[in-house]
Amino acid sequence: MVSLVTRSAVWLAVLFFAIIAMALAKDTPFAIHMGICGAAALIGLVVSLRQADVDAIVRGVLKMPDQGRYDDDPIRWGVIATVFWGMAGFLAGLYIALELTWPQLNFGLEWINFGRLRPLHTSAVIFAFGGNALIATSYYVVQRTCRARLAFPGLARFVFWGYQLFIVLAATGYLLGVTQGKEYAEPEWYVDLWLTIVWVSYLAVFVGTILKRTEPHIYVANWFYLSFIITVAMLHLVNNAAIPVSFFGSHSVSVFGGVQGALVQWWYGHNAVGFFLTAGFLAMMYYFVPKQAERPIYSYRLSIIHFWALIFLYIWAGPHHLHYTALPDWAQTLGMVFSVMLWMPSWGGMINGLMTLNGAWDKIRTDPIIRMFVMSLAFYGMSTFEGPMMSIKSVNSLSHYTDWTIGHVHSGALGWNGMVTFGCLYYLAPRLWNRERLYSLRLVNWHFWLATLGIVFYAASMWVAGIMQGLMWREYGPDGYLVNSFAETVAAMHPMFIMRAFGGLLYLSGASIMAYNIARTIMGSPLRQEAPMTETPYDASRDVPVTTAAHA
Amino acid sequence: MANDKRIDEATGVETVGHEWDGIEELNNPLPRWWLWTFYACIAFAIGYCVVYPAIPGLHSATAGTFGWSSRGALASEMKAADDSHAAIRAEIAATPVEQLAGNEKLLRASIEGGRAAFKVNCVQCHGAGAAGAKGYPNLNDDDWLWGGDVATIHQTLLHGVRQPGDDATRMSQMPAFGRDGILTAAQIQDVVSHVRVISGQEKASGSSQRGAAIFAQNCAVCHGANGEGSRAVGAPKLNDAIWLYGGDRATITETVTNARYGVMPAWGSRLDPVTVKMLAAYVHSLGGGEAAPAPAAAAAAAPAATAK
Repeated sequence: MVSLVTRSAVWLAVLFFAIIAMALAKDTPFAIHMGICGAAALIGLVVSLRQADVDAIVRGVLKMPDQGRYDDDPIRWGVIATVFWGMAGFLAGLYIALELTWPQLNFGLEWINFGRLRPLHTSAVIFAFGGNALIATSYYVVQRTCRARLAFPGLARFVFWGYQLFIVLAATGYLLGVTQGKEYAEPEWYVDLWLTIVWVSYLAVFVGTILKRTEPHIYVANWFYLSFIITVAMLHLVNNAAIPVSFFGSHSVSVFGGVQGALVQWWYGHNAVGFFLTAGFLAMMYYFVPKQAERPIYSYRLSIIHFWALIFLYIWAGPHHLHYTALPDWAQTLGMVFSVMLWMPSWGGMINGLMTLNGAWDKIRTDPIIRMFVMSLAFYGMSTFEGPMMSIKSVNSLSHYTDWTIGHVHSGALGWNGMVTFGCLYYLAPRLWNRERLYSLRLVNWHFWLATLGIVFYAASMWVAGIMQGLMWREYGPDGYLVNSFAETVAAMHPMFIMRAFGGLLYLSGASIMAYNIARTIMGSPLRQEAPMTETPYDASRDVPVTTAAHA
Repeated sequence: MANDKRIDEATGVETVGHEWDGIEELNNPLPRWWLWTFYACIAFAIGYCVVYPAIPGLHSATAGTFGWSSRGALASEMKAADDSHAAIRAEIAATPVEQLAGNEKLLRASIEGGRAAFKVNCVQCHGAGAAGAKGYPNLNDDDWLWGGDVATIHQTLLHGVRQPGDDATRMSQMPAFGRDGILTAAQIQDVVSHVRVISGQEKASGSSQRGAAIFAQNCAVCHGANGEGSRAVGAPKLNDAIWLYGGDRATITETVTNARYGVMPAWGSRLDPVTVKMLAAYVHSLGGGEAAPAPAAAAAAAPAATAK
């Protein structure tokens, strides 16, 4: 009873504060955001007062089975949120690709111009799609590899809903033009503060569960998740250090100025890639690949060495985003050499993932989900080779500011992050909803090929566009004068922009098939009538393993 | 747990004895090629830090044994480029702009340099192909507001159009006939009719006949009795099909009612004199360049004929 009164009082206080902030707001976007916060507090208040069992309600709506040995409800919500935000993010990406190709699609509307939709796309895919996938899978993995239920179940649910509120505030802010102008850290000060609260809660849930574990050792996936959670907290706090212009307005001024600001921003930006999109997703890989392949991890020693090498080296690589700028030469040098040294530690994860298939390579032929994991690891390997290469100053002088960078990012994001997440979602959906298996494996195969073709179109067109752009910028005529104007390079890239948008369309189509497949799985539809995936089922006796005898 | 080591059947490798939710780990060594490539990258990094600026101190960083700096590299590349042009630029600097055409080598170098400078400084308004846009003249045709011989183009470039603070800038201002109440709305429609008749877009009408009288009183002083324009005051030619802002009724009505005030920067204060000369030669070469006027008329008669 006391807890009911306290909780209701907290929600009521938040609601009052939101209404007051709305009334005193200095600008419309801030008022809208406070309105959204107020609505969220109102929902919280109603739920508290009615003593509603949110878990039970959602379980009914989403056809979720009852809780089992582990606390899986927030994971089920997370699976659905991941699919939803993925679709939103891919759609936004396709639209801005079309805007770049045919600028008429801006329609002269400020809310949907490229400048505002671009952060909407990047945040939707990285933080909404990727973030939900990371939170959901980390809850799943940490419970199972620690053989313990989630610590602080209430806080775990707060993390889920609080993170969705963060996404909504960030996304609406972009459309309304609220931004602090830092790439991948666009949300303004009050959204940053909210995310800090959510993230610290996330850390508490995760560490709490590890401390509760009934296993003697901490599994490698949890090292990666923990490094991701801690480092992202540090990056977020430092890069977003800012002074609000008003406590009732949506503007702030960063405490870092000039080249220091740029350095802090790219220390953040590169490590968002390193710890959000690499360490976090390697954690997913380290659990779901061995589970799906039903094989042991290839090398325990490699996992230790590459983990520590990766997290030690990654944090210094950010300055390679600022080659040939006002950043002092020594910092550029260090950014470059740390990126070069990062090549092998990054590949350690790929080796450990791929070689885990030793003894089960035939599954690439028979299991479309394994195929997805293998393709994701292949793209991980390609982009973690391409990255160090592009950080070398003489390569960077050609690639920097061109669409080559865009191609590089997408071979990593679509290939590695996207594919590994799809594989995890396909693994999780039947298990979390107690289904025999996915609604359809043929549809997984369709998804695989559409996504792979989409990435090929995307990456290849951007490589061509970027290298051409870089070469055109630096092209001198026989008399020693520049040959091309900027607009001419843009015109030359138009065909590649069309191909890129086509690649995005393929990728989005694949994801739509996944959404359908997972929805049918969740709804408990009878398995799709389809030809079996293969006529060469796994036969252990026909596998010819590499034996130690052969080595000796 | 640590005693659960076993030999994995498929690969014949021993596990390390841990198990989490069914996941075990093999005790494979680090792949040798991986380890040696990693060492090689570290060795490269150390070597690179020795030869390039790398280790920060309190006031400055180590310079590296190569003595390389990004500012130094830029300066030497810029100097090399400047040096390769120095001789020809000196020649261009010493040659009056109207005499560039007499020297094939200088003319070609000027046009090439002008083309490059145009792509950086001019395309934003005049377009990548110099075809202009609404309010920005097309530089490929032979319709000139202030004159199309190379010296005149050079003058326009140096001092700009309506550039505040430049006494020699191209200055003219058409009255805002509607906004300032000089003509009524009906009179403006009449004069627009007349302008559309002399530009061959409409047949003569009662309105255009009334407009002709208004035109003679208010417009002819600058635009000429027949709308042939005047380069002395930068008044556009009205009896052709070329329009700076547009020749449809609505646009001409807007022009007569509120007037226009397009500007171009005085490039003489932004670019070096040789580059401005090069730009003049380039713009002159685009197709509409005219021969120098009267004083040199006799001498230039033959080239002028071929140029047209």
